[in-house]
Amino acid sequence: MQGTVDSNSQSAGDAAIAHEEHQDLRVLGLLIFLCSEFLMFAGFFVLFLVYRAEAAAWPPEGTEVELLLPAINTVILVSSSFVIHYGDVAIKKGDVGGLRKWYLITAAMGAVFLCGQIYEYATLGYGLTTNLFSNCFYLMTGFHGLHVFIGLLLILGVLWRSRREGHYGAEKHTGVEMAEIYWHFVDIVWIVLFSLIYLLTLI
Amino acid sequence: MAQANLTDRGAGNFSVHHHPEKWKWYDYFTFNVDHKVIGIQYLVTSFAFYLIGGLMALAMRAELATPNSDLLDPNLYNAFLTNHGTIMIFLWIVPGAIGGFGNYLVPLMIGARDMAFPKLNALAFWVTIPAGALLLGSFFFGGAQAGWTSYPPLSLITANTAQSMWILAIVFAGTSSILGAVNFIITIWKMRVPSMDWDQLPLFCWAILATSILALFSTPVLAAGLVLLLFDINFGTSFFKPDAGGDVVMYQHLFWFYSHPAVYLMILPIFGIMSEVIPVHARKPIFGYKAIAYSSLTICLVGLFVWVHHMFTSGTPPWMRMFFTVSTLIVAVPTGVKIFSWVATLWGGKIRYTSAMLFAIGLLVMFVLGGLSGVTLGTAPVDIHVHDTYYVVAHFHYVLFGGSVFGIYAGFYHWFPKITGHYLNEGLGKLHFVLTFIGTNLTFLPMHQLGLQGMPRRVAMYDPQFQTINQICTFGAFLLGVSVLPFLINAIWSWSRGAKAGGNPWDAKTLEWTTDSPPAIENWEVLPVVTQGPYAYGEEHLTVE
Amino acid sequence: MKQIPAPLWTLTVGVVVTVISFWVGYNHGFLPEQASAQAPLVDDFFNIMMVIGTALFLVVEGAIVYCMIQFRRRKGDDSDGLPIEGNLPLEAFWTAIPAVIVIGLGIYSVQVFQEMGGFSPGGLEHDHGMMIAQAHTGAMGGVSEDTPDTPEARQQLAKAVYGFGASIDNEGRSADLEVNVSGMQYAWIFTYPDTGIVDGELHVPVDADVQLNISAQDVIHSFWVPQFRLKQDAIPGKDTELRFVATKPGTYPVVCAELCGGYHGAMRTQVIVHTPEDFQAWVDQRVAQAPMSVDAIAQNPADLSDSDYLAPYETALGVDARLVAQLSQASADDIINP
Repeated sequence: MQGTVDSNSQSAGDAAIAHEEHQDLRVLGLLIFLCSEFLMFAGFFVLFLVYRAEAAAWPPEGTEVELLLPAINTVILVSSSFVIHYGDVAIKKGDVGGLRKWYLITAAMGAVFLCGQIYEYATLGYGLTTNLFSNCFYLMTGFHGLHVFIGLLLILGVLWRSRREGHYGAEKHTGVEMAEIYWHFVDIVWIVLFSLIYLLTLI
Repeated sequence: MAQANLTDRGAGNFSVHHHPEKWKWYDYFTFNVDHKVIGIQYLVTSFAFYLIGGLMALAMRAELATPNSDLLDPNLYNAFLTNHGTIMIFLWIVPGAIGGFGNYLVPLMIGARDMAFPKLNALAFWVTIPAGALLLGSFFFGGAQAGWTSYPPLSLITANTAQSMWILAIVFAGTSSILGAVNFIITIWKMRVPSMDWDQLPLFCWAILATSILALFSTPVLAAGLVLLLFDINFGTSFFKPDAGGDVVMYQHLFWFYSHPAVYLMILPIFGIMSEVIPVHARKPIFGYKAIAYSSLTICLVGLFVWVHHMFTSGTPPWMRMFFTVSTLIVAVPTGVKIFSWVATLWGGKIRYTSAMLFAIGLLVMFVLGGLSGVTLGTAPVDIHVHDTYYVVAHFHYVLFGGSVFGIYAGFYHWFPKITGHYLNEGLGKLHFVLTFIGTNLTFLPMHQLGLQGMPRRVAMYDPQFQTINQICTFGAFLLGVSVLPFLINAIWSWSRGAKAGGNPWDAKTLEWTTDSPPAIENWEVLPVVTQGPYAYGEEHLTVE
Repeated sequence: MKQIPAPLWTLTVGVVVTVISFWVGYNHGFLPEQASAQAPLVDDFFNIMMVIGTALFLVVEGAIVYCMIQFRRRKGDDSDGLPIEGNLPLEAFWTAIPAVIVIGLGIYSVQVFQEMGGFSPGGLEHDHGMMIAQAHTGAMGGVSEDTPDTPEARQQLAKAVYGFGASIDNEGRSADLEVNVSGMQYAWIFTYPDTGIVDGELHVPVDADVQLNISAQDVIHSFWVPQFRLKQDAIPGKDTELRFVATKPGTYPVVCAELCGGYHGAMRTQVIVHTPEDFQAWVDQRVAQAPMSVDAIAQNPADLSDSDYLAPYETALGVDARLVAQLSQASADDIINP
């Protein structure tokens, strides 16, 4: 039989082991969840590519995409991924001030990105329902924008918590790490999205 | 213990000591984070939905007793067929087998005190409630009528409000599935008791692991497709509107990329249950542990690349029809390995005919037929003829009723003593088995012939030449309806008054049997230590007692 | 493995199983009459799978029943069974055999599929553009022979066609008869571009190579003739075709096999396979009743509502007033059109 062998030493250490383990597990859990999220985007990407291949003109006349503003936006979002990493590096050294500084900058960059996106929507001259391309365009960028927004909330959440003395420290920063990972994810999705929607029109 | 929330706030709030000695009845109606409470919540809720979905099926079978549409309004008939399929898949088998048994058993089987993310776990259960409410509520708006596949353009032009509710319901159920999958993967990967090696992991856990990987990768693609459908219905986009350049076949690809793996989501956990029940009641080690474990993973992998076999008559080019014929056929190999291994497990055993074992053997008997008809369906030339006919209905009910439902019943009888501390009554159990076995074959066996001879599926009216066979099916369906009664009576009565069961009533070897029945809230006073494999039967000389 | 039966016994079982399997495979009687050139191909394939399936079924179920009887727990015996955990050669055997079988079936199905014409949908030498343009303008029943060479028509040319093309024997040849098939809730409309005939039933001559150009007006339908063993979805926005040779005069059902709404089950009509002489007689008779078709040509179908357009055909199409009412309802709230 697979028996219950009494060993008190084992049970004493048990709670501590479980507690320590879960610190890692949340990050792992997020990573696995993001794999799933990415496949949702992948569904949209494939749809976009198929429709692009099937269409006579893609994007159709009158619904061309803007390039300059999104390019600037891309630079902002991609560089914010580096900025947020400095925050992570800072907290790993126990520097809460550094964490707050870098996360604040990241949040600002994210906000700028979102504003840029909204400005782009407002000035494009076509809407969600104009044609199949605009359907895809708004749905994909909008869905990504939603993720940026959630990422932004996570970063703001970290900033809010960091006000409490000792909430984050060199050994205790899972929330910081998770916000960072999520932000990188949003960034990676954007790079693919940007290539598909914007750069492909150049070819 | 482990925490579910994405932030740090809750860390440490839920410790080993912050719970009562024993849950009260009302704790089962709350946002409780105990995996066993959640498991029972899933089992009971999903069984309730099984009854609702079953009543819909009975209404449809009653309609089909005559060739004309004379009992139900044809649109209501379509609403029933849509919601019967949706409820049985998303609110009965998936939450019952994965959510119910998975949550209850996985931590117990791997020597953990709970799942990795208990709060996430509770959340995953509670989002299935709005899913069910939306589906049932949609009947106030006519009910979704486009089939559980909801192919556009039909789904775009019929019962828009109900269709939107249906989409939201599936998105909720899918969310539950993904959250559950993350939890199971991490739990099985990281929370095994330190003394348990991978090759000592019970096969049920292997099956849940494979299921979770599959759910994780396929569900979001369905969500993507459904979001697009939702936008088409409500926000004026034209992703699937052919007049505006949309491609209706694209939806089918997105849908089946999830929904074929969904079939494996419904059967892999059942394979896991089989691999637990059969060795215990045959008193023999499972035959070919590694082969069974790896075949789950193979099915999971190959299963992601077979979806076009649902679209052989759709807008698919020849190469696609051929490629997916071959990939589909390949699935038969790992599935065969499992079946042969179970038969070999019986060989040389000392089979105890408990109700659990009867359902397991019943499953084995019927799944062989379901598997063989599946092979014929997987080949494009034959599928062209029988696609969307009653042959398909027969096939998937052999797999999902003869397979999944029998498996869940086997699991109920096997683990009921563990969950409640009481045995189910064996007499009623055997009556339940006999009625269900006869009912299943009476209902679904004749459907093969119906389909081959020319009766399409999803029809409320049919050619009078098929009436006799349809009446046999209808009779069988009502027998199936009756067959639930002995089980319900048995379960309700035995839950409190059944013969008392000890910690290990079947003399089984997996870890869940090393604790009390029902287990204490943290499962064990002292975590068990694994000293041998989970199926070490007939090896008394090796046992260290 | 003490239970290995004597060779003689194995041999007997093998012979019996083989005999039963072949008998079942070729005498199951589940499939309807064969009425197209493709039907025997499909049936042969199905029968072979029946033979293999029956054999596997008997062996596996036989093993289960044998185990259930032979290895049942005897009264008072609470010991365990034999501690057998596996047998590598045996496991390799039952992995390899099914693998070989399914690979064989895979290759065979490719061959059958090719012979059926599954590899050549749309890949034909004839005037493709005209055919497809007609499938579209003719969808509403318009029978204009002289389709203008519009940009749309040219664009259609590039579109892929799905379904079944010429069978191997007829490859490269254009069909003897083309019929445009249009599916709508809940009827099939058959238009003969060569003669301008419009009908609610499909009439074809026996032994002729017939090509159906299938389209759908509202939702997805699926054109199925069980006796032909052929089925192809009618998909809005996609061109599909079915090419077949009917081999036996008679009347066979045409069934819609894709859920298309409340009256999906009632979307049935028939295909009538005539002898060549009868077919000609039918064509002559229908052409003589031409006024109906002339009307259709004179009026642009697009200007008519469905019920206006259908009204003259009510009898011929077998569309009753209720369905017409539903159709006009469907067109009134036609949500597909943005």
